[in-house]
Amino acid sequence: MAEKKIRVLVAKPGLDGHDRGAKVVARSFRDAGFEVIYTGLRQTPEQIVAAAVQEDVDVVAMSLLSGAHGTLMPKVVNLLKEQGAGDKLVIGGGVIPDDDIPALLEAGIAAVYTPGTPTSEPIEFIKANVK
Amino acid sequence: MDLVQQVREGNRVAIARLITQAENEAPEAIAALRELYPDTGRARLIGITGPPGSGKSTLTDKLVKELRKRGKSVGVVAIDPTSPFTGGAILGDRIRMSDLALDKGVFIRSMGTRGSLGGLSKATHDAIKILDASGYEYIIIETVGVGQSEVDIVKTADTTVVVSVPGLGDDIQAIKAGIMEIGDLFVVNKADRDGAERVVNEIRYMLDLNPDKEGWHPPILKTIAAQNQGIIELVDNINEHLDYLQESGEIVNRRKERISSEINDLILKRFSQKVTEQLAREDYLEHQLDKILKKEENPFNVVDQVVEKLLNN
Repeated sequence: MAEKKIRVLVAKPGLDGHDRGAKVVARSFRDAGFEVIYTGLRQTPEQIVAAAVQEDVDVVAMSLLSGAHGTLMPKVVNLLKEQGAGDKLVIGGGVIPDDDIPALLEAGIAAVYTPGTPTSEPIEFIKANVK
Repeated sequence: MDLVQQVREGNRVAIARLITQAENEAPEAIAALRELYPDTGRARLIGITGPPGSGKSTLTDKLVKELRKRGKSVGVVAIDPTSPFTGGAILGDRIRMSDLALDKGVFIRSMGTRGSLGGLSKATHDAIKILDASGYEYIIIETVGVGQSEVDIVKTADTTVVVSVPGLGDDIQAIKAGIMEIGDLFVVNKADRDGAERVVNEIRYMLDLNPDKEGWHPPILKTIAAQNQGIIELVDNINEHLDYLQESGEIVNRRKERISSEINDLILKRFSQKVTEQLAREDYLEHQLDKILKKEENPFNVVDQVVEKLLNN
């Protein structure tokens, strides 16, 4: 049996045209040996979940700089559960105020990363938490 | 309910899981594929190949939309390269297809090549079988951006579409061996750019030199995929080719060739695993390497010994 490869969906939910961060993260995940599926900009939670299901990813990583994280990220978690894919690790990153993080963690986002985080942090987290 | 039954019923989570298992060469995937095999062979398989940046993903997106308009369900297997250094990959073909994500009649799966060199991924054939068995009527296989010699798609698809764009090289490119020999259809995409007509002429000239005047004559079509131009004609021509394959009986030859090449690959894979195991046993290879360096032994004798041992086991 071949080695299991970790598959990660890197997604940009909502109306937010800034994807430099998402691309940096995608590249660093690639260099960590992950298969990264990049969906491009302006995805609805429904599109992200449909892609996550079809691609059978282990991780859904969302990048959000628009301030809508409180709505969009939990929605992705809930839709994944509804579609029988609730076992995926969901993480998020972007310009997210510290005060908002507890609610996101509560809603099922496994980890939240803010500007300045070294890319090694989410990589280690994914390696440690994907079964 | 078991995975095989769920795949037959088109359950998307199940289809996706089984493709993952096949990619990871899990033993349960082979068992499932054995069971699903009788359900395969119904889908029409279309291969899209061409150099990087020629517009394969955009063309695939538009093809799927046109097929959906005609009421057909479509599976897509889109392949991008795996890094030979880290094993990682960026699979970006979905970017051009994002508004297909919510269409229940479409299933898109991105795959990394994972060391396979012919323009496909290791488990492409398995993914096709799984989508076929779950009832998708058309399956589009988008290869990695290819150079000249990655031609595995022709052993995989019923209809191979070779995509070219203006500005890549002179007419010698068109008469070289390899990718230009495998097209059942040729598409010159980005046809609003300078030089499109020249590319068409070069391909036509190349095709005119074919000694085989019988049978199918590959059409050359101009498209501007980003503007959805030429797509209806492309789908019509693909269907015509598929009908031709059926009516001429050529489909049987192609499928026989495909199965025989697949059997060949599977046998080689199984043997190569055994060889690797055997070479590792008791540091056999390491031992022989020292001898070879001292010229007490040579590579040809070692090969003879290994093969003999393997056959006697």
